[in-house]
Amino acid sequence: MSPILEINNLFKSYGSTEILKDINVSIEEGDFLVLVGPSGCGKSTLLNCIAGLEPISGGALSIGGRDMTTVSPKDRDIAMVFQSYALYPTMTVAKNITFGMKVRGVDAATQAEKLAYVAQQLQIEPLLKRKPGQLSGGQRQRVAMGRALVRDPKLFLFDEPLSNLDAKLRVEMRTELKALHQRLGASMVYVTHDQIEAMTLATKIVVMKGGVIQQIGTPSEIYNRPANLFVADFMGSPAMNLIPAKTRSSDAGTHIEIARENDAPIVLSDSKNRDLPQDVILGVRPEDIADAAKLAGGEAQGAECLIDIVEPAGADTFAVMQLGGKHVTARLHSETTAAAGLPQKLTFDLGKASYFSPDTGLRLN
Amino acid sequence: MADISPYTEARPSQAGKIALRWGLYLLLGLFAIFYLMPLFVMVMTSLKSLDEIRTGDLISLPREVTFDAWRTAWSGACTGIQCEGMRPYFWNSMLIAIPGVAISTLLGAMNGYVISQWNFRGANIIFSLMLFGCFIPFQVVLLPMARMLGMMGIAGTIPGLIFVHVIYGLGFTTLFFRNYYVSIPSELTKAAKVDGAGFFRIFWSIFLPLSIPIIVVTVIWQFTQIWNDFLFGVSFSQAGTQPVTVALNNIVNSTTGVKEYNVDMAAAIIAALPTLLVYVVAGKYFVRGLTAGSVKG
Ligand SMILES: Nc1ncnc2c1ncn2[C@@H]1O[C@H](COP(=O)(O)OP(=O)(O)OP(=O)(O)O)[C@@H](O)[C@H]1O
Ligand SMILES: [Mg+2]
Repeated sequence: MSPILEINNLFKSYGSTEILKDINVSIEEGDFLVLVGPSGCGKSTLLNCIAGLEPISGGALSIGGRDMTTVSPKDRDIAMVFQSYALYPTMTVAKNITFGMKVRGVDAATQAEKLAYVAQQLQIEPLLKRKPGQLSGGQRQRVAMGRALVRDPKLFLFDEPLSNLDAKLRVEMRTELKALHQRLGASMVYVTHDQIEAMTLATKIVVMKGGVIQQIGTPSEIYNRPANLFVADFMGSPAMNLIPAKTRSSDAGTHIEIARENDAPIVLSDSKNRDLPQDVILGVRPEDIADAAKLAGGEAQGAECLIDIVEPAGADTFAVMQLGGKHVTARLHSETTAAAGLPQKLTFDLGKASYFSPDTGLRLN
Repeated sequence: MADISPYTEARPSQAGKIALRWGLYLLLGLFAIFYLMPLFVMVMTSLKSLDEIRTGDLISLPREVTFDAWRTAWSGACTGIQCEGMRPYFWNSMLIAIPGVAISTLLGAMNGYVISQWNFRGANIIFSLMLFGCFIPFQVVLLPMARMLGMMGIAGTIPGLIFVHVIYGLGFTTLFFRNYYVSIPSELTKAAKVDGAGFFRIFWSIFLPLSIPIIVVTVIWQFTQIWNDFLFGVSFSQAGTQPVTVALNNIVNSTTGVKEYNVDMAAAIIAALPTLLVYVVAGKYFVRGLTAGSVKG
């Protein structure tokens, strides 16, 4: 089967500013593609290009196996939720949701049925008679979702559809979306700034920066094997620790030496990764630095570190220290004995460590 | 108990404030009287008999109210050789103004919608050129327009006058609507496109319902312009198609013998009445529409 969405060498410029550079993405039917990246990197622009709302400056794009590069938005068989909601101000919520069906000549009974179903799903039944001006931000966002969900398109495009909801509702909607995705097998492209949303919803994540795709992969690939320093730093909260280190090879494996101020360097060994250059940046997730008791066996190695800050966060406690001239965060047990200003015995697990070149920022292992 | 009210201190200046307020009202009142004076004189004169006008003074109230002058002005006053009063010309003006306003407003709305929401190459240039049309002195276009109307076969007809007013109103109506629609986020159009709506559907279902305030502004503006127009009316009409402004001029200028001031005044008021009415009925929306800008989705 042909991919549901295929983007080849897409370029997009506004005047002389190039916003999107050589974008290549392809997703299969039923994929949930999540687009992440810093503000202004071109995520909304890419969605607009997929929807046909902005002409593209180069490349080609097909949806459901049909070339759609120059097809008008209404014939692309897509539904879209806009970042700014874009509700029709003079229509009631119900009319907003059914407008698309009305335009496409769906009969009134089907319209009413779908409206009722979506309103119930999104918990907006009491709002149906109101105008968008009389709704809160979160309510508007749900109406915007409803407008897309009543349709049955080949491809859904969502631009940060949950950003304005309260924490509880957001989790509910997230679960709802995931269920919807699994039930309908619908294909989706979804923009978010929320790491957890990206991780839980995606079957595939695209990380962008400055209009260039940095990495495409499954959530686990992105999380565990970031392709470069940018992705490593961007994905995950708290971010991956990126520590400058020196390497030394021996028969047993590679020795990683991390310099410390006023203290002897920490030396760790990694048996898996060989042939690393002398200078590297070691990437370790906070959860791979833990209390001495917690991580044991395998690649776990102990070291005593001076803790600067302790931040309790409910289930975990984060401890911050200085290693290799960087702030390094460890994810400790909530009942840890670590205290600010005191040394603490910690374990480092290099089993999932990433190594990056300090010059190019690219992944080495 | 000590008085710690924060207002004690302010009391003397409170009196000053009231004085200022009343001073302002007085001044505004004086200006209002000054502006209303001519209208007052017109109404009073139109209600007097000719004898009373000759003997009494300008601003005194009529001793005996008579509507004879109004009757004459409406249906008996002579414009040159015909003596039918203002009535036929009043209807001419209506026949010109109503379609003229409707067509120029609708076209202006379309233009504004296209220019502001459908980015096409040269949109700004076209808009600038249309704006330029607002500033062309009408005298410049009289001859070419006369020639064109002749070529189109509608010279001297009411459709001809409607055509002229629509053309010269378009610059302004486009400007009004374009400036109003520019503040409407482009996502609205985008969402409607994704929903499957086309060019006219989006205009009709989404933009027109949003436009009530600016439609009111445009209608008032255009109605006043077309109704009060004299130059086009006098240049492009012939006997039988003249608008009310031209008729008024003829009534006032063609009286032979005694000058009937009361009839002239009544005719002038009749000619001005519709625009006055439009302002009274829709003036509130006019101000509101001029200041209303962004539409929050
Ligand atoms: N109409 C336009 N003309 C010129 N530049 C534009 C236009 N629209 C967007 N841009 C620029 O394109 C870049 C990408 O914008 P875009 O809206 O796609 O960012 P984004 O990734 O969605 O950001 P956010 O996360 O804040 O929504 C930005 O630098 C923006 O300034
Ligand atoms: Mg965006």
